[in-house]
Formats: sequence, C-alpha cells, structure tokens
Amino acid sequence: MAQEQQQHPLAIYFWIWGLLFVVSTLSYMVDYIGFQGYLRWTLILVFMFIKAGFIIAIFMHMTWERRALQLAILVPPVAILVLIGLMSLEGDYTFLTRIEFFGESSFVPESPHH
Amino acid sequence: MSEAALSTTAEGSGVVQDFSADKQAFHVPWGKAMMWIFLLSDTFIFSCFLVGYMTVRMSTADPWPIPSEVFALSFGGDPIPLVLIAIMTFILITSSGTMAMAVNMGYRKDRKRTFWLMLATAALGASFVGMQAFEWTKLIVDEGVRPWGNPMGAAQFGSSFFMITGFHGLHVSAGVIYLLVIAFRVKNGFYEKRGGNYEIVEIVGLYWHFVDLVWVFIFAFFYLW
Repeated sequence: MAQEQQQHPLAIYFWIWGLLFVVSTLSYMVDYIGFQGYLRWTLILVFMFIKAGFIIAIFMHMTWERRALQLAILVPPVAILVLIGLMSLEGDYTFLTRIEFFGESSFVPESPHH
Repeated sequence: MSEAALSTTAEGSGVVQDFSADKQAFHVPWGKAMMWIFLLSDTFIFSCFLVGYMTVRMSTADPWPIPSEVFALSFGGDPIPLVLIAIMTFILITSSGTMAMAVNMGYRKDRKRTFWLMLATAALGASFVGMQAFEWTKLIVDEGVRPWGNPMGAAQFGSSFFMITGFHGLHVSAGVIYLLVIAFRVKNGFYEKRGGNYEIVEIVGLYWHFVDLVWVFIFAFFYLW
C-alpha cells in the first residue's frame, strides 16, 4: 500500500511535551492552592481536556490521519455522555433514597496518618 | 506524501470514498487501524470504571475521603498534598515524550536511537509501576484502606481506587513488556529482514500514549476532584 508516513519535525513534539508539563503543573496547583466548588471543577476539566486533546492530536498523530479514521475513533466515545447522564440521575436517586430511609450518615472520619 | 496532500484529497476529505471503498475503509496500515479499534474498546472499559466511580461517589451518604490528604506524603515536615501522584504524572508525560521521539526516529530508520528511546520509555514506565506499588502499600498498610472500607470515609473509596488504578497499572505493566519486545526486535534488525518497515514503533507508541491519556482522566477525576 502506498503509505504516507507520520513524519513530522521534532520541534512540535518538544512543544507539546513542554505544554503538557505546564498544564499538569497548573492542574496540580488547583489542588495545592485549594480552590473549591465550581471554580475547582471547571479548572480541572479545562486542564484535563487540554492535555487529552494534545496527546490525541499530536502524540497519537490524529490531526494528520484521514477523516474516515478520525470519525470512526472519535465519534463513538460521545455515547459515554449518555451513560454519564443516566448514571448521575441514578446516583442522585440512590443518595436521596439512602438519606430518606437510613437518615444522615453518622460516620466519623479519621484523618490519614503520614 | 506531503501534509497538504494528506489532509485534502482530490474530493474533499474523502470520508464517503473511504467508507464506501470495496476492500479497505481505512487507508492506514492494518496494524495501526486495529490498534486504534482496540484503544477505542479500552476507552469504553475505562469509561465504565470511571462512571461507576462517579455513581458510587454520588450515591454514598458517608463523607468521601479527601484525596488531597489521603495521598499526601511528608518528608520530615508537613505533608505535601498529592506529591507522589504529581511525580508519577510527570514521569508518565516524560515517557510519552521519549516515546514520541522513538516513533520519529523509527521512521528515520535510526535503529540505535529508536532502541534507546524505547528503552528509556520502558524504564520510566517501570518506575511508574514501582511508585504505584509503593502507593498501594502505603494505603493498605499505613492507612488501612480495603476494598470494603477504610477509616477515612466512604467504603466505596477503596474499591474504586484499587479497581481503577489497578487496571491502569496493569496496562502500564503490559506496555512495558510490549515496549521491550519491540525495542529488542528493532535493535536486532528483525524489521530490516521484513523490508525495513518501522510502523510497528508507531503502533506501540499509540498504545503507550493511550496509557498516558487514561492517566490524565484518572488524575483529574480520582485525585483532584
């Protein structure tokens, strides 16, 4: 088969490598600084998608693949969103049922030993 | 073939032509297409684990242990939150970088550099598994985390943790073995006898980057959330 090879300049890998380091540091800082609530969750998700996107696009060469392969691999995972939606409804329902029938938790957490 | 010719074929992006082709839909080496399809199926497995974790975390009435505190380590002074996990993340990213270099060197038919870069990737992967073993030991022995309970909060914490990180660790271990096999074949000239085709390095690379990709999601959802 006449094959186009995935031959790209090294510089692009170094750039992405550095970028992954920076974004990982940023997402670690989210925890270190101790952001809470929606700000925390948004930042975690944004940094996660940036990292995942660059790994797939550049390191796994998805940007340079043919459109047919891109669609065949990247579209099916969208179905997972449906599962997430259904299971979060289910999780909420189970939680409320537990509170309703067993009452609030009386668990007294210990702090971890270091 | 140049990049421009790759992305725009004669008639648009060629999706219809590719999918309606008689013999072959994906015009890439079959090994690469199959690796992608395997990775797609693996994506669903890991997604099921992570969605299961989401469901138990949402539905438990007990407080969830705070990962930032559970996974802190102290080196004499105050415990530093998630420090081991941060180091493991950077090691895995570094190994992804060396793997990307190895793929590049493979296509340049630079066997020596490909071999050493793949060996470096495998070594980084092995050290990742080592640190994970340390983390598991600490959690089981010092913190008393079990799949059925722990002193710091909801019982489901242990089962999700061991399931998700265990399955990921298994993937890393398998990847290290895979990398070593292919690296030594590259070194021994195995692929020279078969027409000097180093696509296999890219296929190993896909698997290895996928392991790193899964870690991105585990890091975000399990350790940071």
